[in-house]
Amino acid sequence: MSHIPRELRYLSSHEWVRIEADGTATIGITDHAQDLLGDVVFVELPEVGSELTAGDEAGVVESVKAASDIFTPISGEVIAVNDALEDSPDLVNNDPYNDGWFFKVKPSDTGELDSLLDAEGYTEICESEDH
Amino acid sequence: MGNKTALYNAHLAAGAKIVDFGGWDMPIHYGSQIEEHHKVRQASGMFDVSHMTIVDVQGEDAQAYLQHLLANDVARLTSVGKALYSGMLNDNGGVIDDLIVYRMPEGFRVVVNCATREKDLAWMQKQAGEFRVTLTERADFSMIAIQGPEAITQTKKVVSAAQSEVITSLGVFFGLESEGWMFCRTGYTGEDGLEVMVPNNQAEAFWNALVAAGVAPCGLGARDTLRLEAGMNLYGSDMDESISPLAANMGWTIAWEPQTRNFVGRAALESQQAAGDQPRLVGLVLEQKAVLRGHQPVFVEGVGEGEITSGTFSPTLGYSIALARVPAGTQSSATVEIRGRQLEVKVVSPPFVRKGQRVYK
Repeated sequence: MSHIPRELRYLSSHEWVRIEADGTATIGITDHAQDLLGDVVFVELPEVGSELTAGDEAGVVESVKAASDIFTPISGEVIAVNDALEDSPDLVNNDPYNDGWFFKVKPSDTGELDSLLDAEGYTEICESEDH
Repeated sequence: MGNKTALYNAHLAAGAKIVDFGGWDMPIHYGSQIEEHHKVRQASGMFDVSHMTIVDVQGEDAQAYLQHLLANDVARLTSVGKALYSGMLNDNGGVIDDLIVYRMPEGFRVVVNCATREKDLAWMQKQAGEFRVTLTERADFSMIAIQGPEAITQTKKVVSAAQSEVITSLGVFFGLESEGWMFCRTGYTGEDGLEVMVPNNQAEAFWNALVAAGVAPCGLGARDTLRLEAGMNLYGSDMDESISPLAANMGWTIAWEPQTRNFVGRAALESQQAAGDQPRLVGLVLEQKAVLRGHQPVFVEGVGEGEITSGTFSPTLGYSIALARVPAGTQSSATVEIRGRQLEVKVVSPPFVRKGQRVYK
């Protein structure tokens, strides 16, 4: 069973979002997603400064097996991207919730979090996919 | 649940992720297929290939039968142990399967693919016709491929002294029996190494001894990236019954001489050759952040269109490579459409990597 932290919010398309102490939102893909993809080889990230709307395509992750679009769970301006993934895309496999993060946004509407899945809801999605 | 090889429990114990492959439950990787890939290029790794089908061809007419059945000519196997790669074609010149045939002390041994087992056996039986041959499937063997620069040294450590001597004596593309096993200096990775046929009841002990010697278990994922770097075809992706060997980079496996040898598919190949209109299977290289994948369309300006037959990220090179079937007039460049973008690719002659080094120009 893959790791699904309680404190995060999720999309059924396997992205997670974490609201940091400073109010910014960090986005990445889940442990379940990296396990399905296998070794990640390239990650395309959004431009810093671009404005995203929840549900927008924000990048692409390519693994040895497949290419997969990344969607943003939350709206806002992109304030940082994880440059470390350029040289070490395997961070996504080895540490999907910390060093393997994708990008950060300054949320324009934290109310959007309420419409996202909690850990329990996301666990159900993963289980239904496994069977 | 699919068929299981004698090594299934050993795979689970090693943490394998299991997938269905041609009706068999096989390991796709044991954690990271890229790490497994590097192990084979830099040291040694091993693959359970017991799902492949081994058939002994014996009897008075064994040689004449195989000269009829195969596009390559087993008369080239001038000594016991010598091996040959060949296509087995249908009457239209399409590839039913690709295989390796070894000359044995008596008759021949043929190794064909797993997903094609039933149609291969049916075709081989049908073509036997009046030939005095017996075909015997050897399901009593498991097969382990040990590959990489250290593969032979490591294997010699865990077999008997007599078997070790046999391994030492093997030339490249030779296979010899010893104490009920068969050691073949063949593979599907572009590295030196062995493919070992071992009786089922000894397979797990042999596998575990190799693990203890430091040989890394590797799954089908790494097997695919390694074979693609080595420019080797995968049946069902790079060729099938609708594809001529001339369109699959397998022209070198057709033995045209002697002209009197009327192998299955010969007439069709001769008219294809005369027409000169067969497409080519070429290598593609993309040095950008994207991955070439099977079935992506390839555009060659002023010439026409083709398609990628196998594509992947090359862990050795750090960018993407592919095999693609393109029109005969294709030169050194083409474009591939990936997610709506046209990306420039280099057209090269495979292989891409041999013995750990980039080899294409």
